[in-house]
Amino acid sequence: MLNNIALIIGVTLMYSTPLIFTALGGVVSEKSGVVNIGLEGMMVIGAFIAATVGYYSGNPWLAFLAGGLAGAFFGLLHAIASVSFSADQVVSGIAINFLGPGVALFLSRIFFNGATMTKSIDLDNKMPRLLNGIFHKDSFLYYILDNQYATTYIAFILVFVIWYILKKTVLGLRLKAVGEHPAAADTLGINVFKIRYLAVITSGFLAGLGGATLSISVVSNFRPTLVSGQGFIALAAMIFGKWKPVGAMLACLLFGLAQGLVVFLGQFQIQIPSQFLNMLPYILTLIVLVAFVGKSVAPLADGIPYEKEQKH
Amino acid sequence: MKKSFIIIMMLTLMLTLLLVGCGKKAAPAQKTDSVKPIKIALVTDVGGVNDQSFNQSAWEGLSRAQKDLGIKASYIESKQDADYMPNLETLYDSKNDLIWGIGFKMADRVLEAAKQNPNQKYAIIDFSYGDKTPSNVIGVLFKEQEASFLVGYIAGKMSKTGKIGFVGGMDVPVIHRFQYGFDAGVLYANPKAKIYEQYAESFTDAAKGKAIANQMYKNGADIVFHAAGGVGDGVIEAAKEKNLWAIGVDRDQSDLAPNNVLTSAMKRVDNAIYDVAKKMKNGEFDGGKTLTYGLKDGGVDIAPTTKKHVPQSILDEVSKIKADIISGKITTPSSKDAFNKWKKNYLK
Repeated sequence: MLNNIALIIGVTLMYSTPLIFTALGGVVSEKSGVVNIGLEGMMVIGAFIAATVGYYSGNPWLAFLAGGLAGAFFGLLHAIASVSFSADQVVSGIAINFLGPGVALFLSRIFFNGATMTKSIDLDNKMPRLLNGIFHKDSFLYYILDNQYATTYIAFILVFVIWYILKKTVLGLRLKAVGEHPAAADTLGINVFKIRYLAVITSGFLAGLGGATLSISVVSNFRPTLVSGQGFIALAAMIFGKWKPVGAMLACLLFGLAQGLVVFLGQFQIQIPSQFLNMLPYILTLIVLVAFVGKSVAPLADGIPYEKEQKH
Repeated sequence: MKKSFIIIMMLTLMLTLLLVGCGKKAAPAQKTDSVKPIKIALVTDVGGVNDQSFNQSAWEGLSRAQKDLGIKASYIESKQDADYMPNLETLYDSKNDLIWGIGFKMADRVLEAAKQNPNQKYAIIDFSYGDKTPSNVIGVLFKEQEASFLVGYIAGKMSKTGKIGFVGGMDVPVIHRFQYGFDAGVLYANPKAKIYEQYAESFTDAAKGKAIANQMYKNGADIVFHAAGGVGDGVIEAAKEKNLWAIGVDRDQSDLAPNNVLTSAMKRVDNAIYDVAKKMKNGEFDGGKTLTYGLKDGGVDIAPTTKKHVPQSILDEVSKIKADIISGKITTPSSKDAFNKWKKNYLK
């Protein structure tokens, strides 16, 4: 039984890691007042670039970073449209979601001889599995940590880092000020545009890392259906977690845990159709949202483009 | 400042649109005989023509027909489900003798088009309209259970623990053909084998495939077969990490993990497409019927890389069983009921 619990925790960690990166990205962007529903597209391009760089360079860290940078580039596009040009942030985000898979597909055909799937990366060239082989086989920790990649640990460290920045630093305070009341922040000499650019690009970077986690940790190749909706789940997790790093992380873990339970329960030949069983993560999320979390409030200026007042 | 931004944005957008738009192209026509060549075209589903799965296989079959039979081949790719109808209409307007829809997702659209244009011939992969097939349509199905039976037999013979896993995509008839054919093959090789079966209810969630496979390996399985599309990437990844066996599906998936993919149950869409083209060349068209391709006509098979890991003695047994399936001496179940009946007949 204990080992089963360990396995469920292991699945939870694997499932949540890409979501945590991406949800953190969502938090950073929305805290600064820019809605980012382009997370999905940023994840896709991050996943593709990481798989490609990983395959050709054989260096997982370079691949991971490249995935993040690809996401950051899409973040830049989103920032240009929504911060500089005050475009509707939702529309720009949707455009990113179309652009991500389109560009990934196009580049894939160039780099992989017409194929829409990248070639598989060798196990040795994937992210290191830090704590593999340390614990005795069949021990509790073995089942949790066996085959967990470095990305899992990085995700949790980043939750702390983002929490610290938002809570304890001047930059974090400015970021939140810009998201709550940009005009007031502006009068105090904070450069609203600069802060928002920084936030949205960081957001893209984190979402890119989330996608990279999928393609170089969870599996070892990219295919167009790899991400399919995880960016939106991360977006929901962020709202569910009340726009807070730790809250978003808990929401991602809850979702991962529900998936772990589905996998665990699915092994028994119980008389529930597997379709119903597989609804569990979504139903559980709904119940927890309604019953325990209560109302979540977005940053005040979230989704509203900031324009300096014009001289009359 | 702002102006330069606008220009950059516009350029980026234009460039991307251009790039994305490049995906669609028609194949160059070759070999014009003195007689007007037969024109055959296909509409891919959203996978696109290089999906390394059945769309690609379909196009390979049609290209081969173009080379060998002198027909004129072309394709249109669908980017989303909503593209099926417009693509079918485009091919109708360009006067093709036969239009293929690749994949069951297109079933309703092909039927609609066939009713609108009764003089145009259509065919569809992986779907049967049964008795209601219009006279200008052919449905094409595959006997996935036959190839699955063979890989099941290999798994049953190769497993050291006697425990074997099956991961299904969704609980639908086409996956049942894989599942029960496989189950029967495993038990035929080793009647005492224990089979773990689980559905992911997805064809895309690789993480779930990995989780399910990991659980099966934890429970003692040493070979896991998947019929689950993208979910299978996770299954194969789990095998790679644990250094155990996985069995691939649809195409030879050995490239995903050369040391851990034992074999694959292949579906040869190309052979079916080629066969239909060949018949058309001879003036035959099985309109109103459903054609089923199995081991006998090369519609399904096991992967050529199987010999890499499987010892010759087992391969010899497999080819004998293959001959027996073709001759009808061994039947392969395609559904749960058929599987239960099969068990009564073959397992004493």
